[in-house]
Amino acid sequence: MATVRHRPEALELLEAQSKFTKKELQILYRGFKNPGSLEFQECPSGVVNEETFKEIYSQFFPQGDSTTYAHFLFNAFDTDHNGAVSFEDFIKGLSILLRGTVQEKLNWAFNLYDINKDGYITKEEMLDIMKAIYDMMGKCTYPVLKEDAPRQHVETFFQKMDKNKDGVVTIDEFIESCQKDENIMRSMQLFENVI
Amino acid sequence: MAAGVAAWLPFARAAAIGWMPVANCPMPLAPADKNKRQDELIILNVSGRRFQTWRTTLERYPDTLLGSTEKEFFFNEDTKEYFFDRDPEVFRCVLNFYRTGKLHYPRYECISAYDDELAFYGILPEIIGDCCYEEYKDRKRENAERLMDDNDSENNQESMPSLSFRQTMWRAFENPHTSTLALVFYYVTGFFIAVSVITNVVETVPCGTVPGSKELPCGERYSVAFFCLDTACVMIFTVEYLLRLFAAPSRYRFIRSVMSIIDVVAIMPYYIGLVMTNNEDVSGAFVTLRVFRVFRIFKFSRHSQGLRILGYTLKSCASELGFLLFSLTMAIIIFATVMFYAEKGSSASKFTSIPASFWYTIVTMTTLGYGDMVPKTIAGKIFGSICSLSGVLVIALPVPVIVSNFSRIYHQNQRADKRRAQKKARLARIRVAKTGSSNAYLHSKRNGLLNEALELMGTPEEEHTGKITSLIESQHHHLLHCLEKTTNHEFIDEQMFEQNCMESSMQNYPSTRSPSLSSHPGLTTTCCSRRSKKTTHLPNSNLPATRLRSMQELSTIHIQGSEQPSLTTSRSSLNLKADDGLRPNCKTSQITTAIISIPTPPVLTPEGESRPPTSSPGPNTNIPSVASNVVKVSAL
Repeated sequence: MATVRHRPEALELLEAQSKFTKKELQILYRGFKNPGSLEFQECPSGVVNEETFKEIYSQFFPQGDSTTYAHFLFNAFDTDHNGAVSFEDFIKGLSILLRGTVQEKLNWAFNLYDINKDGYITKEEMLDIMKAIYDMMGKCTYPVLKEDAPRQHVETFFQKMDKNKDGVVTIDEFIESCQKDENIMRSMQLFENVI
Repeated sequence: MAAGVAAWLPFARAAAIGWMPVANCPMPLAPADKNKRQDELIILNVSGRRFQTWRTTLERYPDTLLGSTEKEFFFNEDTKEYFFDRDPEVFRCVLNFYRTGKLHYPRYECISAYDDELAFYGILPEIIGDCCYEEYKDRKRENAERLMDDNDSENNQESMPSLSFRQTMWRAFENPHTSTLALVFYYVTGFFIAVSVITNVVETVPCGTVPGSKELPCGERYSVAFFCLDTACVMIFTVEYLLRLFAAPSRYRFIRSVMSIIDVVAIMPYYIGLVMTNNEDVSGAFVTLRVFRVFRIFKFSRHSQGLRILGYTLKSCASELGFLLFSLTMAIIIFATVMFYAEKGSSASKFTSIPASFWYTIVTMTTLGYGDMVPKTIAGKIFGSICSLSGVLVIALPVPVIVSNFSRIYHQNQRADKRRAQKKARLARIRVAKTGSSNAYLHSKRNGLLNEALELMGTPEEEHTGKITSLIESQHHHLLHCLEKTTNHEFIDEQMFEQNCMESSMQNYPSTRSPSLSSHPGLTTTCCSRRSKKTTHLPNSNLPATRLRSMQELSTIHIQGSEQPSLTTSRSSLNLKADDGLRPNCKTSQITTAIISIPTPPVLTPEGESRPPTSSPGPNTNIPSVASNVVKVSAL
């Protein structure tokens, strides 16, 4: 990894590109640049590498193992796939998640699930994602976590989403099915005012 | 939760959108940011030096003085700043802790001043980072020892009239400076020890001749006098020992202590000698016993601090000394063997056996060279010289190196052990913090339930019995709640988890509980249980359907023996009416109860229909629709 110090683009440029105000960008950058008391401070300031990312995320889920999900999340944020999430990537992702339209958010979620970015979500990909999510719960759950709980959840998901039953979910099927589901629509609006 | 990552909480919450399409249940509402202030700079005036920081930086640690509302007590209205009349140097470290999450200990700072400051700001010293922790602990230990010494010397000068006679005596024995009587006793015993030792020595000196016989040692010439002296000493020692035994706070421990063993060994030979008469057979053994009288000299260690320290040092270096001895033994054996075989050929050789050669080897290697055994063959002489040269190397050189090495290694081991213990303690603390955060979540969940329950009951009593969580904490809990909704499983703490596992494996017949509710995991993997939908397709044919399902449950219960967690244990902690309708989210739809003793047809619809009205009309409005899809079975 390059050890050159990475400086983000100008504040005005980022403001134009994203849907955040200057003040919000300032607050976000302060948090981004100083991830706090972490072990892995080896990454040059200005970018966050996968290890730091995983560690940050695991602080929020003490009971389970969030490394797999953090890995997928990292890939979703690291749009140019250079192994590090720069501040621009970070803002781009957050802009979609917090200020984007429902369509954009669904797009982003699809991108997260589609691990190999080929435009289709297969059952295996979904199973990986599901296992990663269930891993975050940890061992001490109620009711007790069974082995095939992720798989069953994937079945349910595919029954709902896969309209033509061809075993994969395309982006259109995904967006269409989500728009039909009230719960999902409502929960997409949940994090509007996070910043 | 670590402080700095609180800044990443918005990101984690945003990323939770990734779970939304996957979840089948509606998500809980986010906690409202009631007083959303723009982040502002606050000024901290510490004895004239002004520090400035963001408000959110300080709020990272809400359980400290600066992070909580406690700092409002120090707010100065006129200057609009927070004034602290404390040391600005230490405050620098404290503020850096908020900024970076690491607390450092400056070396130039006095340990007690630093501790005082930390206590004032409500920061635990355990948070000190690895870089400075060892230094801090060392200084703290030194300080503690100093305090202990001070206390000891203080205590010695106090008079404690409330001690019993026995305790006074013990104190007098242990510390002769407490009273004059103790001092007298101390000197008297010391004198008699000296007398006894000198008697032993003088006994053996030849003392002039009795005409007609050879020189006699004084002991035999003035045997009566010596015997009287011996008796007197032994009586004093016996009395002293018995008095100590009486005064000791823990007699068993006293008997096992080294000093008392020395006392006993010092006086036993006399008594044994009294008992045994001039029996010829045992007189040899008797003579040997008299050797033990020399142990009386060790009684001086009670009188000498230096002897005690020496003994303690030897004891603590025992392993190093043991290794030294071992390596020497190896060298001795090697050379003795070589010398023996080298000298085997020569006639009238003193090297009769290998053990006999040990003496030569030791004497040569330590460069003593008595000359009582010398090699005569050429090979023997060669090996003998090699032996003496290597003796110089083996003994003279490494001994100081070994001593210093072992001293260094010893301290290093101590430090490594210390670090290991610290690491264990550190990990334990981290684990506690982690369980603390997850426990905080569980705790607030229960409190949240309690609050919702209170609202449901319509009792407008005190709103909050639980702690008021900060906004960040409530947001974090909301995040964890969303994860629970996504996966349809709840977080519980370890105890309950193990309880559930144990109970489920033990209990297979929960029929006597009322209203016993247990949720069957097989049916509750999906919130809007499709499987249950399949089995209860007709609302009219509830009875056979549920019986079918109960049968299903029965069979599945038998198959997966350990999957019957009971709700009563978790419910009981809520201290509510055992009504699970209080959970106003899709958990209610998951709850089914199974009775394995099936004869009584389970009551369905009354319960089922009574639930939607009692469930809170709060955040989730599609509960009724969900509830009607699932048939609930309650046990009677």
